[in-house]
Amino acid sequence: MSLTYHLQIVNLLAALLLLISFAMLSQRRIVGLITLFAWQGAALTLSTGLIAWSTGQHHLYYSAGLTLLLKVIGIPWFFFRLVKKLDVDRDVEPMINIPTTMLIGIVLVIFAFNLALPISQMSGTVMRSTLGIAMACVLLAFLMMITRSKAIPQIIGFLSIENGLFFAATSATYGMPLVVELGVALDVMVALFVLGIMSFQIRESFDSMDLKHMEKLKER
Amino acid sequence: MEIYWLLGIPVAGGIFLALWGCRRNAPEINALFSFLTLLAAAALTARIVEHGPLLVGGQGWFFIDSFNVFLVALTAFVAFTTSLFSRPYMRIEKEHGRLNDKRLRLYHSSYQIFIAAMLLALTTNNMGILWVSMEAATLATVLLVSLYRTPASLEAAWKYFILCGVGIALALFGTILLYFAAEKILGSGGTALLWTHLNGVKAQLEPTVLQLAFVFLLVGYGTKVGLAPLHSWLPDAHAEGPTPVSAVLSGLLLNVALYAVMRSKVLVDGALGNDMAGNLMMGFGLFSVVLAAFLIKRQTDVKRMFAYSSIEHMGLITFAFGMGGPVANFAALLHMTMHSLTKSAIFFAVGHATQSAGTQLMDGIRGLIKTNPTIGWGLMLGTVAILGVPPFGVFASEFLIITTAMHEHPWATPFLLLALGVAFAAIFGKVQPMVFGETELPKLPYQPALTPVFMHLGLVLMLGLFIPPYLAAWYRQAAQLLGG
Amino acid sequence: MTTGILLQIAQTLAAILLAPLLMGWVNQCRAWLQGRSAPPITQPYRTLRKLFHKDAVIAHNASPLFRFAPYMIFACMALAAGIVPTIANDLPFSPAADVIALVGIFALARVFLALAAMDIGTSFGSLGARREMLVSFLAEPALLMVFFTASFISQSTELPIIVQALAHKEFVIYPSMAFAAVAFWMISVAENARIPVDNPTTHLELTMIHEAMILEYSARHLALIEWAVALKLFTYSALGIALFLPWGIAPQGDPSALPLALLAMLLKMAIGGAALSLMEAISAKLRLFRAPEFLGTAFLLGVLGMLIHFLLEV
Repeated sequence: MSLTYHLQIVNLLAALLLLISFAMLSQRRIVGLITLFAWQGAALTLSTGLIAWSTGQHHLYYSAGLTLLLKVIGIPWFFFRLVKKLDVDRDVEPMINIPTTMLIGIVLVIFAFNLALPISQMSGTVMRSTLGIAMACVLLAFLMMITRSKAIPQIIGFLSIENGLFFAATSATYGMPLVVELGVALDVMVALFVLGIMSFQIRESFDSMDLKHMEKLKER
Repeated sequence: MEIYWLLGIPVAGGIFLALWGCRRNAPEINALFSFLTLLAAAALTARIVEHGPLLVGGQGWFFIDSFNVFLVALTAFVAFTTSLFSRPYMRIEKEHGRLNDKRLRLYHSSYQIFIAAMLLALTTNNMGILWVSMEAATLATVLLVSLYRTPASLEAAWKYFILCGVGIALALFGTILLYFAAEKILGSGGTALLWTHLNGVKAQLEPTVLQLAFVFLLVGYGTKVGLAPLHSWLPDAHAEGPTPVSAVLSGLLLNVALYAVMRSKVLVDGALGNDMAGNLMMGFGLFSVVLAAFLIKRQTDVKRMFAYSSIEHMGLITFAFGMGGPVANFAALLHMTMHSLTKSAIFFAVGHATQSAGTQLMDGIRGLIKTNPTIGWGLMLGTVAILGVPPFGVFASEFLIITTAMHEHPWATPFLLLALGVAFAAIFGKVQPMVFGETELPKLPYQPALTPVFMHLGLVLMLGLFIPPYLAAWYRQAAQLLGG
Repeated sequence: MTTGILLQIAQTLAAILLAPLLMGWVNQCRAWLQGRSAPPITQPYRTLRKLFHKDAVIAHNASPLFRFAPYMIFACMALAAGIVPTIANDLPFSPAADVIALVGIFALARVFLALAAMDIGTSFGSLGARREMLVSFLAEPALLMVFFTASFISQSTELPIIVQALAHKEFVIYPSMAFAAVAFWMISVAENARIPVDNPTTHLELTMIHEAMILEYSARHLALIEWAVALKLFTYSALGIALFLPWGIAPQGDPSALPLALLAMLLKMAIGGAALSLMEAISAKLRLFRAPEFLGTAFLLGVLGMLIHFLLEV
């Protein structure tokens, strides 16, 4: 353990990200989910900023700023408005009960750590071990998407996957090239826009945001 | 220079149609932009054929070699013919009250953006931008799939978005891992994701990382290719979206996704020095072929059935690329072309058939040959072509693939033959009464746009009988690039 | 050595004497947060004195176990309080019992409490005992996970060594300990019968756990149990401080650091108590069948902490 303090803090934030992912998994309310998402964004911003500061990679400052704008302020604000407009904030039981989900989550974390182990052993960057955490976050967000039947939690799960990937990019490789990062951010924004439109359409035709109504298209 | 025109025209078209897309002649404008894109693509192709691979812009942001220029040409061509087809088709949908001017504006604008995203994916040299444009292509089509706003189409669009979004997120992880491996050799910064640079140092890339990266990339982009078991979005999106969208999804988007897989495979093969990537692709491909063939049998919706047929053919192409080697690659490239042309032609014909019958259920479509002989013949010939009956070009490519498989992987041949046989029996058995059965359906009140259908089928027939030498040389060159 | 023994005795006594004060402080904070006027901070002492002056009433069919249990429980808690370093770190007692034994001591007290509750044969007693066992059966493995995480870091299960490793060596951030801390907080809340798992101020038969078990006790027996409860809260707080905020605990053989250590301890306890009451004020009590979920989460966090340790800190 010969990391400098700010890198240790990044490690701590990595752990925090994982914790928030678990919290999202166990969250029943949509508003709670959005708040957690904002926190995840905040942890991400902080860790990106710290990595930028400690490694002197200036373009990471831009990514951090972008994250702050988009994931801590913009998207949560958008979701709060959406929830208000659609009036969908109620307790929702996930399709699999929460303790079982959590246990599956643990298994996923172990899986991710194992997968990342050979890679992190040879990584040149200081933050080698965070790759496993990032992968675990991605898998947990997947799990959340699978276990939720409502539209908005699924979108949040999707965005949370993106958070995990972003963390992998910043911590393991000190960030992708700026062009790519801007492109990804643009895609996320467009995706959000499209999904926003779609949630209204879904609401209009099903009179509910419950995707359980959407089970007509199946292989018979 | 052509490259900027190629990307600029559809983007400009998208913006123009978004602003003025409510005009009555918007479909013509759409076709015009597509035609200009085709011209740019033709110019680019001519240049590549003449001067060889091309690296354009800054540190080489765009890279065009024989492999992708062939896909660029194909994409631009099918995009143009589809825009021709959609002109009357969408007008009729509007008359039937399924669409209005606003949605048509959305359709035309998204169509151009979609084409632009695919062309960017094909021409970019940056693996990161490749991902970005693949995602952009998905996003541009999500709202097209739900264009009719019916519950089923919304469901299909949602499924499409979520599955492809998640799949492509995996591909992003793969890209990150790729960058992670590359950065150590090429240094951080913009150049470490450039394919040409990566290709130059591929032997030095860390094998373990690339192995994992390829798994992610294959699963990620494979979702978009429609490889089983990640295919479930594909039939829904094809069946519920408007027919021109089904045609471009099937004929183009799947190709572009496979292109992304192939670009990654070249790198991984170089780094690993074994057949891991190829074997994975063969496995996924074969599974898709077999699964899709058996699912075709159970379909009642005509567009769904042909969507499964697309899965089958993409599986076949993936399998062929997985085998590697000059012959298999050649066959795969040829099959890619044939499939794009034939499948979009079939969707054009099917689109008119469903419009005249007012249903997509195959039981409701009968006796096309009597009511609308041209549609009937178009559908029949298209079906015969896609099923691999000589002398159509699909026969040539399938034949090549199967003989190569027999030679190199004999164990796979029975599966392939079985799947192709099942698919043949199923599709032919279902299409035959649709074309020749008894009917009380009225004649179509309008003139269907079948020029594109016969244009495509003519090309397929021609390529089946005779591949011009320069074209064959070109394919061979591309196959060589893919190594193996 | 003698200073060690003296310190040990002083520390244990301090714990026993200060425990009701902590309880009073928590109650006071809670009253403030709820907008009530608070009872004086010394209220628990007065209650204890009052109870000790009363005559004990014992059910006819009570067995000797019923009388014996309060002493046993109190003794267990006092022993536990002696093991955990609160002020000084060199305790001759501690090699005798490590963190795992500590869990055992808590379990022993709990077993006696449950047995005594069932001894009379009233339905409330059995009900409370059953619920208590449910909670503790889930909390104990989680607690062990937390301890294991700390032990992996310091390579020892003895508390003084853990504190030594965490507080007096080069400062390192352990992300795993963040998880362990959250888990530990949840476990403490459950084990000490606080909101959201149990509510110490209610006697509703539908919800009460701990109170149901001690309904039959009166006078000095009740006083001992109440005191033991306060002591348990104190010990848990001390444990939390020792594991997660150990800075300030006097290192071995440095008596000059003691006054500062005492001051630090009081400050940390005060903040911890305030935080506990704040958490109680803002959260609602969980339905009983949600308690397993709550504790399952704590267990999961403990496991995660351990996993994180292996990934990030080895």
